[in-house]
Parts: sequence; C-alpha cells; structure tokens
Amino acid sequence: MTAGYLTTPAPVADSPPVQRTVEVVGARPVDAYVELRLAAREIAERAQPGQFVAFAVGGETSGLLLRRSIAISTVGDGVVTVVVSAAGPGSTWLTQRRPGDVVDVVGPLGRPFPAPPAGARALLVGGGYGAAALVGLAGQLKAAGHEVAAVAGAASADRLCSVQELTELADTVAVTTDDGSSGRRGLVTLAVDELLPDCGVVYACGPMRMLQAVADAATALGVPSYVAVEESMACGIGVCMTCVLPVVGSDGLTRLSRSCTEGPVFGGDRVRFDDVGTLTWDVVGADAMGVTRP
Amino acid sequence: MTLVETAVDMSTALGSVPVPSPVLTASGCSAFGRELEPFTDLAAIGAVVTKSVQLRPRSGRPTPRMAETPSGMLNSIGLQGPGIDGLLDGELPWLAERGARAFVSIAGVRVEDFAELAARLRGVPGVAGLEVNISCPNVESRGEVFACDPVAASDVVAAVRAAADPAQPIYAKLSPDVTDIVSVARAVVDAGADGLSMINTLLGLVIDPDTMKPMLGGITGGLSGPAIRPVALRCVWQVHQALPHVPILGMGGIRTGLDALQFVLAGASAVSVGTAVFNDPSALGRIHAELAAALETRGFASLREAVGYAHR
Repeated sequence: MTAGYLTTPAPVADSPPVQRTVEVVGARPVDAYVELRLAAREIAERAQPGQFVAFAVGGETSGLLLRRSIAISTVGDGVVTVVVSAAGPGSTWLTQRRPGDVVDVVGPLGRPFPAPPAGARALLVGGGYGAAALVGLAGQLKAAGHEVAAVAGAASADRLCSVQELTELADTVAVTTDDGSSGRRGLVTLAVDELLPDCGVVYACGPMRMLQAVADAATALGVPSYVAVEESMACGIGVCMTCVLPVVGSDGLTRLSRSCTEGPVFGGDRVRFDDVGTLTWDVVGADAMGVTRP
Repeated sequence: MTLVETAVDMSTALGSVPVPSPVLTASGCSAFGRELEPFTDLAAIGAVVTKSVQLRPRSGRPTPRMAETPSGMLNSIGLQGPGIDGLLDGELPWLAERGARAFVSIAGVRVEDFAELAARLRGVPGVAGLEVNISCPNVESRGEVFACDPVAASDVVAAVRAAADPAQPIYAKLSPDVTDIVSVARAVVDAGADGLSMINTLLGLVIDPDTMKPMLGGITGGLSGPAIRPVALRCVWQVHQALPHVPILGMGGIRTGLDALQFVLAGASAVSVGTAVFNDPSALGRIHAELAAALETRGFASLREAVGYAHR
C-alpha cells in the first residue's frame, strides 16, 4: 500500500475475456430499465463481481460501431444478467432485444471488486442502475460470511434498481430518492453517513458525483472504499484509450488510467474526481503535452 | 483465432520483410497488441502496428476523447503512451516473446525526434519495420502538420531512413487532408520511404447540441471507420496509379474481407484494420479468412496476383 492510501489498486481478473454470440433468454422491463438475461455460459463461469460485458449494437450492418459496456449484475446457471438503461440509440436497441434474439458480447471485462478485509462488515452503495452491479457482490460477500449493508439511491422511485435483489441478500437495505418518491428524501450520503462507522469496507457503483461523495465520506473515516466507474468507452477491452481518468497508482504517481482494463474498479481514495476531464501538471506524461508545473 | 488454410497464398511483404498475412492492426487502434491476445493470434497476423511512440511518455489529452459518428468515430487521444523507453522495456519484448512482428509507429514534433526514435529501434528483436506518423504538428513550422507539406514530410522520411536499421523498411503514413496526395507520396518515396501507409484519419468536428460546445476535449478529432473508406480507397487508387511499384499498406474503414479486397484491388499489398477492432476484437483473423475466401472465389491463386488488379 502506498503511504497515505487506504486502498491498493484492484488486481486483474482471474480469467481473460471471450467474445461470443449468445442468445437472449430473458428480457424484463423493471421500472425505467430493462433486465436482459443472456445464455453465456463461458462468460458466466469466468465473471467476478464488478466486471462488465461489452455489446455490439444495431446488428451486423449497423453504422453504430462502438461497443456498449454494461456492468454484470449477476451470473448463475450459465446465464449472465445485466440491467440496461436506454440512453441513446445503441442502448435503446439493446433494451429492445427479446428472448430468442442473439447478441455479440465480449466479457467478462475489467477488474473485479477486491476482497474485503477479514471479517469486515461491508457497505454497498448503488446509484440508479449502478445498484445492479452490486447484486453479485452482495451474494458473494454473504456467502463468505460477511455482514452486508446496502444503500440504493436514485433521482426518483422509477430510477431505483435492484432493491428487491439487494433486500433478499443484504442484512439491511436503505433507500433514498432525491424527490422522496421512495425511501428517504435526499442523497445516498444520508444513509451512508449513518452506516459507515460500523463498516470496514465500502463498495460503490453509480454516477461520478455519487462515487466521489461516498469515497470522500469513507476516506474521512479511514474506511477503504472501492468504486466502479462508468466512463464512456469505445471498445471495452483496452485498445481505444478513450475511457481514461486520473488515478493515483501504487507508486503514488497519477496516470490517466483506462477504466476498462485498469478499472472499472478503483480505490475510492485513488480516483482524482475533481480532475476528471482535465489534465493537471502532475499527471505522468503531462509535460509532453505542454502542461508543466506552474 | 486460427487462420483457416485456403488454397490462396496469402503471404505478402512489408518492403523487404515477408509476412504470412496481409492483415495488420492499425496504429492507435490496438494499443501495443497485448489486449488483443484473447481474441487474435498475434503471430499469425501480418504485424502489430503499434500505437505511435514518442521520445517521452505522454499522458494524452483530457476527456472526452471520443464521439460516435455515422459509421465511424471521432477521436482525440493525443498519442497517450509510455515513450520509447517504456516500449523498449515492456511492450516490444512482450511481442517478440510471442513471435509477433511489430511494425513500430514513430511520432515527433521535430525531424530529430523521428531520427532519434529510428536509431533507438535499430536491431531491436521483433521489430519488422517502422511506420512514420507524419500527421503531427511540426513545432518548427508553427504547428503545421508534416504530412501536409511535401518538403517537411520528406525531411522526416530522409532523416528516418538515414538513422534506421537498413533491414527495417520504413513506411510513411499519409494524411488525406491534402490537396494532392500523389505529390506528397512522390516526395516521401524520393526521400527514401520503402512504402506508404494510407490513410490517416480525416480531421473532423462534432458539436454537442446540449452544451453547444465541441464534444471533444481536443476540439477537433480524427475521423475513422467505414465512413472514410471511399476516401481512403480513392487515395490508394491514385497513388498506386502514379507509383505502381511502391508498396502500399491500405487502411480506412476496413470491416470485412470484401472491404480489404477493394484496397488490394486498388493497389494495397497489405491492409490495416483499425476502428473495426473496437466493434469486433476478433476482426483481424476474421478479415484474413474472409479475404482469402474472396480471393479464392475470384480465381486468384495468391494475394500478390490481386494487388492493383482493378487498374489492369
């Protein structure tokens, strides 16, 4: 561990990814989202919580070339489950898939959530459809004997995700919405601040501002946190270099790190949230871009 | 990926260096090859054309770096990379251990940068040749891109040819953003280029209608993907017509074997597959097989017979 940091960079996954054409075996609208179930045995067998899959969209003749990366929610019995939020034409196409359709998918991709400290109570915090990425982790942690507290938050009740699944797995679940349409009115940090003192590790997935708030709260109390970021990706496998953000490495130096292969899980105290989308002089290689120490 | 054996002889050459397949990665689209290993037999493809390397490590530009466009994408990465030391210590030995051929793309902002990089790569195991990325701003010419000025482009190529290992062919990578690509091609060949890589991306712009500002952190970006294929093919056609004996590594929106075939018929003796890899990480092996089948169907016994066929 680098001096001053509570986390070490997440280790790489146990297995390399595969590319497969797989059948959709379930498609279920869940409030504002669509849950897709894929018969993807080789991906299911390899996947670890925190990893994601990357879909080709639009069919073979589509002009949409870039892959859509989506967190794995759960795996079991050869089936991979993801929750899709229709944002643009590519993700909308995915939400329109029906059982019997086939999709080209690559996975599992990215680094999984690292194991918690021995015996630690874990706090899982999901924002919007980001909560889906924590369901598999909740199951794994419970199976390993950890106590699990979960917080799911969203702008409104219909943007909440995976609350039922988390309720079945976790010891306690708190719900917050910005408009008070479900659970407590307010941000996830309302619940996080209350639960955090009893927890030994935090795992979070959701919008960047939420991840920052959760990571900052954890770090302030000396609790290690791991965040799964959602950055715009073109390939998902580490070759396009578009999904970078500034992250402090094990050597204490900040690099623009790929959220696909060096993430999506990063130590919450290692992501320089305030500097995302900028280039500061102390990033490795910034001098060659003409950005130098003031 | 296992390359399917067909009756067609798919071997070709990059300058003087024989390679078993005419299908290569494209610079900037497959990093340094490592990430493709789960999907592609790196030793079976023609070569891994590396992301452009410069003398020093570079962070690249701030995000957003990418915008999806019709049948393509705009990117503004800023040549993020480990620098020549990182390449020599890490990526090139990794490729060499696997028997993969590296075609190292080099970039700089001064003629001397290019020459120094070429000198550092002399005799390095596994380096089959160099691709000279002259689509960089020339600091000694107020940032004008080398590739857009036949004189500046020739200066770079001559310096690289003089400094490089004689056994390593050097290919100049041409920009389509010029009035007359044939004159630039002729100039760099006269300066000693053993081959031509064409084309680089086209300069483009996307404005976000919500923020009403340019989408990319770097404002403009390079357009790639099938959207540029007809432009690329036209460039290959024109240059092969003017300089029929100069080897061409063709690229620009190749997604299938039939796309690759068009470039071969126009005069390319090898092709690079770029943006398609983002869509299909197994694209290289698939395109090799599709191209071999397409050549066989058309009665060609070898790839070499088909090079420039459309001109005959």
